[in-house]
Amino acid sequence: MTRILIVGAGPGGIRAAEALVRAGLRPVVVDEGARAGGQIYRRPPHGFLRDARALYGSEAHKAEALHACFDRMVAQGRLDYLPGCAVHSLRDGLAHLTGRAPIAYDRLILATGATDRLMPVPGWQSAGVFSLGAMQIALKAQGVALGQRIVLAGSGPLLTLLASQLVKAGAGLAAVLDTSRMGDQLRGGVGMALARPLVTLRGARMRLGLPYHAGVVLDAIDAGAVRWRDARGHAQVTECDAVGLGWHLRAETQLADLAGAQFDWSEVWQQWLPRIDDLGRAGPGLYLAGDGVRILGADGAELAGRRAAAACLHDLGLEAPVPDLRRTERFAAALARAFPWPAVDVPDSTVVCRCEGITAGELRATVDRTGPEANRVKSLARIGMGRCQGRYCQLAAVDLIACHAGTSRASVGRLRGQPPVRPVTVADLLAAESSAVGTKPEDSAAASSLSAASASPLAAPCLQATPRMPCSPSAPKT
Amino acid sequence: MTGRIVRLAETHRAPVAFRFDGQDMAGMEGDTVLTAILCHRGSLRAAEFGPERRAGFCLMGACQDCWISQEDGPRLRACQTPLRAGMRLWSDGWRE
Repeated sequence: MTRILIVGAGPGGIRAAEALVRAGLRPVVVDEGARAGGQIYRRPPHGFLRDARALYGSEAHKAEALHACFDRMVAQGRLDYLPGCAVHSLRDGLAHLTGRAPIAYDRLILATGATDRLMPVPGWQSAGVFSLGAMQIALKAQGVALGQRIVLAGSGPLLTLLASQLVKAGAGLAAVLDTSRMGDQLRGGVGMALARPLVTLRGARMRLGLPYHAGVVLDAIDAGAVRWRDARGHAQVTECDAVGLGWHLRAETQLADLAGAQFDWSEVWQQWLPRIDDLGRAGPGLYLAGDGVRILGADGAELAGRRAAAACLHDLGLEAPVPDLRRTERFAAALARAFPWPAVDVPDSTVVCRCEGITAGELRATVDRTGPEANRVKSLARIGMGRCQGRYCQLAAVDLIACHAGTSRASVGRLRGQPPVRPVTVADLLAAESSAVGTKPEDSAAASSLSAASASPLAAPCLQATPRMPCSPSAPKT
Repeated sequence: MTGRIVRLAETHRAPVAFRFDGQDMAGMEGDTVLTAILCHRGSLRAAEFGPERRAGFCLMGACQDCWISQEDGPRLRACQTPLRAGMRLWSDGWRE
């Protein structure tokens, strides 16, 4: 039987699994989360009492349907589900996992989702500055606010959604600072309303009653305050003890990269995205779905998951219905225009790489020596080489390089993905090593040697301890 | 130092005792290590490359900002690790 591996159990991964199971196949689903649902429909730990309505608001019925769909497939033994483990490398038809023996696959469906898209703000490396997604996860999955007096800043749909969720839950919200100008929002809003009027109206209504400011420029986060300029250019200071930052989302594409996908710079999405055909194919036996390929949101991810599964089934000679994503794509593209990624323009002293404290000045000085190519700048300035592997600095770095050299972002290029894409333990590497020398990964001998290694001191995570060690996750290939 | 995190809901849960940097603390069943510590402290650890402290950033296991140490050696991501009774945690153990 064809072995199909699905990475990610959010809306995209769950619907892909459902379509395959319906066709009589038995996929393996690997998910980093402890419980299926993804980030958007993330479930709190067992024993928490808030119901779906409290957790997911107007989307409660969708969340419940997805969770039920997946739980049913697991209960009926229709798929193999590996929660709480991440794929850290892909090579020669083997997926290498954290904490487990590798899995061999014939076809791969990646539904790896997205992270917040971040840009540096002077002072953003301080404790108490989080991503918007972090603030939402804290509220949903833990029932907590990450501060007593919170400023949310950036742009995108999550900004006002999170603000309204925090206020409803009783958190202290000091200000919502949107860098998108009202004019862009209105122009984009027309396209959004044409594609999905009810969703657009619901988003607009969330603004009511919030301390919301559009067209803001963020100057600095320091000493318990955010310094910003309003749409008229007047300097403002808002005191706070926590800041949530985010500019919509960045597709999580490292595994697609390792699996061999090609990438293009997207002017619409202002980021590098994998190249796919009409059905989400990115290469032979490689199918992409969800926010990890196009930022279509949760509804779009469900459709894209079904579409990726349909492509996989077609390639196996099986029938499967292909969902229509056009309306979702029109809405998402209009949304990207309404909440644009502003040009990154920060002083030399600003930290760009939070992991290793690399500043915009160091980056610019390096560009003067290397020329404006992203991977050369990475090699010498270490931008994108820290423990987050460039997830939170690389888009801003591309902007800064392009601006400093007076060239386009497309020509600056894209940081190449490097395995492992998650920190791994020595035990994980030993498991990969044993499979590489010919041991079948499914062998019970390999499995028992892995569990023995897990119980030994070798299981201590080594790679993250000293980011400058040669075995650091994004060290150049030797 | 007072805590950074404010509990807004789910406060019915049973307490879970643990130690952080040699001090007895209590979290709740279902807390992550990050939640439990930041209910008592403003940060998790020192930054390696700057003077500031760190308190996590993405809470979804992507940024690797919240690594702290367990007393018996292995390090953990505070945002992804459920709190267990009796955990003995250190903010900057890796420096030793």
